[in-house]
Amino acid sequence: MTTSKVDLSGSNQRESWMALLGLAAQEVFSLMLACELQPSPAPIPSEGLDVTAMVGLAGSLCGLVTVRCAAKSAAVMASHMLGIDADAAGAEALDAVGEVCNMIAGNFKNKITGMGDRCKLSVPTVITGEDYSLHSMGEDTKIDVSMLLEGSPLLISLEVSG
Amino acid sequence: MDNIRVLIIDDSSVMRKIVERSLRQADIKLGDVVEASNGMEALAALNEKKVDLILCDINMPVMDGLEFVKSLPSIANAKGVPVVMITTEGSEGHVVQALSAGARGYIRKPFTPDQVKEHILPLLAGTTV
Repeated sequence: MTTSKVDLSGSNQRESWMALLGLAAQEVFSLMLACELQPSPAPIPSEGLDVTAMVGLAGSLCGLVTVRCAAKSAAVMASHMLGIDADAAGAEALDAVGEVCNMIAGNFKNKITGMGDRCKLSVPTVITGEDYSLHSMGEDTKIDVSMLLEGSPLLISLEVSG
Repeated sequence: MDNIRVLIIDDSSVMRKIVERSLRQADIKLGDVVEASNGMEALAALNEKKVDLILCDINMPVMDGLEFVKSLPSIANAKGVPVVMITTEGSEGHVVQALSAGARGYIRKPFTPDQVKEHILPLLAGTTV
């Protein structure tokens, strides 16, 4: 596999990828959950977001895509995906947020010309709880996209080395 | 099209249900719906049951979708059954790999019910009475 460094040092590139990550997320929610994800008017802090889904990126783009939300929002995702009450979601809430993260990561990389074949995705992993530290090999550059799902915060992040 | 027996392979139980719902929304009348969470489970299921259609993710633990498709020629119950990949891996290279391995179609996640209909109905028309 050919590898090349990803340069996000330019502000245009960074802005462009932030927009693509947001768009990738909005498309996933619109097409697969039949609901709209709204941009947050202010950056969302990670405090209180006790569900973290992550998908690893390897190849030309090396790092991690994460989706962080409250357990209640994870249940809302499962509710939209399965057509059930959020209260009935149970363990499927974690499966739902993992799959959402997977689709956002895939949709994002497919939007970058030439990246589709040069970047592989891992299967998703989901962590619950807030008391942890995440150390990614790809934390040279981090892009955060703050969104709202039915008024509740959703933090989508891309961490890449380069 | 009635009583279409389908095998849905995805490591996410939520996604398996979404795929099933999308088939129903595409006006495909389903018979038995068999689920598997990876290629190995799917091969075991195919040794027990016949199906009319297989929908398969690519990135899965234990046995991924491409390995599963490559294994199908050795399974009698899979002879002539169309396989459609449904995956986040949507690059041209992945499509070529999947089609070369024996898949008959490719749907990229996220998808709409219309896309499911467009890809699957022609395949079922060729395999059902």
